[in-house]
Amino acid sequence: MTTFVGALLRLVHMTSTAILTVAFFTISNIVLTPASWADGNVNIYSYREPTLVKPLVDAFQKETGIKVNMIYAKSGLIERLQAEGKNSPADVLLTNEFGLLTQAKTGGVTQPIVSKTLSTAIPAKLRDSENHWFALTRRARVIYASKDRVKIDSIRYEDLADPKWRGRVCTRSGQHTYNVALIASMIAHQGPDKAKSWLNGLKNNLARKPAGGDREGVRDIFAGVCDLAVGNSYYMAAMMRNPKQKPWADAVKILFPNADGRGTHVNISGAALAAHAPHSANGIRFIEFLASKPAQKIYAELISEYPVVEGVEVSDIVKSWGALKADPLPLEKIGELRSRASRMVDEVNYNAGPNS
Amino acid sequence: MRFSGGIARHKDRLSVLAHRGRQALARARLRVSDDPAPLGWLIAVSTILAIILLPLLVIFYLALTPTENIWPHLSTTVLPNVLFDTLVLALGVCTISICVGTSAAWLVTMYRFPGRAIVDYLLVLPLAMPTYIVAYCYVDLFDYAGPVHAMVDQLFGWKNPKQSWLPEVRSLPSAIFILASVLYPYVYLTARASFVQQSVCALEVARTLGRTSMGTFWSVALPLARPAIAAGTVLVLMESLNDLGAVQHLGIDTFSASIYATWLQRSNLSGAAQLASVLLVFITLILLLERWARRGAQSHHTTGRYRAIPLERLEGWHGYVALMLAALPFLLGFAMPVLVLLQHASEHVSEALDSGFLKAVGDSLLVSSAGAIATVAVALTIAYARRISSHPTFKSAVWLSGLGYAAPGTVLAIGLLFSLGSVDSWINTRSESVLGISSGQIFSGTVFAIIIAYVIRFCAVAMANLDAGLQRISPNLDAAARALGETRLTTFWRVHVPLLLPALGAAALLVFVDSMKELPATLLLRPFNFETLATHVYDLVALEQFERAALGSLAIVAVGIIPVLLLHQTVSSGRAGHTATSIWKKQKRFAATNAAHS
Repeated sequence: MTTFVGALLRLVHMTSTAILTVAFFTISNIVLTPASWADGNVNIYSYREPTLVKPLVDAFQKETGIKVNMIYAKSGLIERLQAEGKNSPADVLLTNEFGLLTQAKTGGVTQPIVSKTLSTAIPAKLRDSENHWFALTRRARVIYASKDRVKIDSIRYEDLADPKWRGRVCTRSGQHTYNVALIASMIAHQGPDKAKSWLNGLKNNLARKPAGGDREGVRDIFAGVCDLAVGNSYYMAAMMRNPKQKPWADAVKILFPNADGRGTHVNISGAALAAHAPHSANGIRFIEFLASKPAQKIYAELISEYPVVEGVEVSDIVKSWGALKADPLPLEKIGELRSRASRMVDEVNYNAGPNS
Repeated sequence: MRFSGGIARHKDRLSVLAHRGRQALARARLRVSDDPAPLGWLIAVSTILAIILLPLLVIFYLALTPTENIWPHLSTTVLPNVLFDTLVLALGVCTISICVGTSAAWLVTMYRFPGRAIVDYLLVLPLAMPTYIVAYCYVDLFDYAGPVHAMVDQLFGWKNPKQSWLPEVRSLPSAIFILASVLYPYVYLTARASFVQQSVCALEVARTLGRTSMGTFWSVALPLARPAIAAGTVLVLMESLNDLGAVQHLGIDTFSASIYATWLQRSNLSGAAQLASVLLVFITLILLLERWARRGAQSHHTTGRYRAIPLERLEGWHGYVALMLAALPFLLGFAMPVLVLLQHASEHVSEALDSGFLKAVGDSLLVSSAGAIATVAVALTIAYARRISSHPTFKSAVWLSGLGYAAPGTVLAIGLLFSLGSVDSWINTRSESVLGISSGQIFSGTVFAIIIAYVIRFCAVAMANLDAGLQRISPNLDAAARALGETRLTTFWRVHVPLLLPALGAAALLVFVDSMKELPATLLLRPFNFETLATHVYDLVALEQFERAALGSLAIVAVGIIPVLLLHQTVSSGRAGHTATSIWKKQKRFAATNAAHS
């Protein structure tokens, strides 16, 4: 009798635990996911940072009444899309870099976008040939030079490996997507062997371990650690607006590399539609909004990037840096060479820094 | 006469009762230890183990099925650097932690000097400081453009900060120093607990045999404390292998950092899994080694009586030197970074609030408390199963469930993303074919994924507390309860849970704080519109806006202080017979009331 009661109690205990567990799962789902699954929503995975995307998202929500749900991450979103597969709630992927767009396409997490608005607004060389992704802004990978210590007014990327700059150059990690894309463009122009000895030369010219962000390169010019730093163009405007960083910006001038030759390496930020987007119509609408003139104006003024749509001007700050002559190398070529470039960074042991 | 006869009868009855009681006790005790494994528990524990081990097994699976084999490239170019950096970092951090932790513990346990009682508390505070936050603070202070360089360079008239003799902050030696400055308390705590519990007799015998007080330390106290110091050192080692935020910020290529980089920058999942597998094997070996080294290493007191440890008084300037030495680790690992945070936080309060601080607080509290409850429930299930049955599954479950603690958060996140993703699509296929509707994401991409990650990661933390708590409850109590007619379930509910409450509370608190600090797994698993304090801080730092992240960092540190002080309380009052711990008191009170009732 007692064993029977004991067994019964045990059963009750087990089932109640099971019920609690199931209830917990259900509640966590009801509370946390439905917002993003309901109609009238659009779900964004964004590599771009919140401060840059938020003004655009607010404007879109105000105009359309569609609720925007965000996941921001500096990395790992494409991998997450792959792991989620058909169940993924994501509609749109926003990237801060071109390589991620090609990686998303080859990774099978995007789908072609059928949109007349996008195809007419964005020039053919700034979108995927099969319409898997569209560029939304352009930015130049420039060289920041000390106003006091660097007298030249033009420079080439190739010069960064010149021994006269020994111990005077700062960059961020060689494996960062911005640098990988730049190295890929060097491989495309010069072939792998020359590009590799260039990268090796650049490594030997580094003033410190490649780490931190682009802005820290400029800060270290200000501090006197290095004389040249590689960085994206819009950071200059961001630093000028930040009171603490203003002195850093004041210490440097912008040089557009290879301006007299093939042109400066340009990267893009862009958007793609997720392969299993549950709200694909809203997703396309969001991307179309980002390519509209008002949104492009926000990009130009607030983020100081180069707009991709005809008829939208760059901001006054960007104008003051002079004209941009962009390297005409097709973006797809860079995409193909990214993994070669990434391996090259390891092969020359770039991230170990100088004297290694 | 009648009176004495009554007593005799009474005595007889008592002895019969006592005999019956002893028999019942013996029977009950038999049942407590020799019960065959109850099926329900077996199923529950095996399910938990499967959930904990699956993500780790997924890593090995991914490593063995590469789509594009990058291993030859990794093993020739990346691996040598990674091995070097990881080994030097781990060895360096462990060595410093052992030296600082052990000597500080000895100083505080054996000597009396001004401020000793306060220093004892202060020394554990760095434990509340997450490694990545202390790294941000030190880089902020010591970077070339930072205030320290500005001051020193001006003082010595250096134009270029590279001429300065100040060490480069983004370097391996700095990383060793920075990690050690917040990780040494693990050794301090375990060493202190061990010194506090050591027998005065052994130490005094050494003194009477002619050892100096330092000699006693080297030849008696240190060897006795070795297992405890080793246990603390293993924790330090795990934390340094685990760290992602700090080593990334400092530009050090440890395993953790290059697994992350291989997956997300080299875009090679199987390569990352291969590196992770090497690391997991390495960590398992260390854990086995530690277990092996501990085998049979037990020491016993010569007597059951305890005396308070006689403190040696350090007179005059000796006392102040001792104070300065003992306070130094606290100043470096806590005071300095907190000052940096306070300064930034006070200057940027409104900006910090605008950048989503309050939302991060809410999400952090939600997910950390859910994580704490779930983790404690899981750990309690395993620990309790082991108590009621000697089945080998339960024994190994205690150990296996700790493996998750050793797995770096990045590795865990990769494993979880793919295992939960496939579980979801399995359910989805079934629900589409049977019900015709898509079930969507149930596990991956929800808060659930993060909670599972916390359970796996911190099960060991809760287990250590609960297992110790359960062991302190004498099996006689189970036996008595069962003999008095309680079932196993009611025994659990009416006897064990009340006695375990302090341990349960401590375990939940520790897991809660660890979850608040957890970065890599949360970063990769978080759902829509979700931000914990840790990811909030990390994101802002990634945008080079450390000033705005200061408030969030301070919040993490402030919450972390509470359990650290509680932990310290249990350790320093751990001398039996000297000051009773709360659990011990409760147990005695329970026994007393029980006796009164029967």
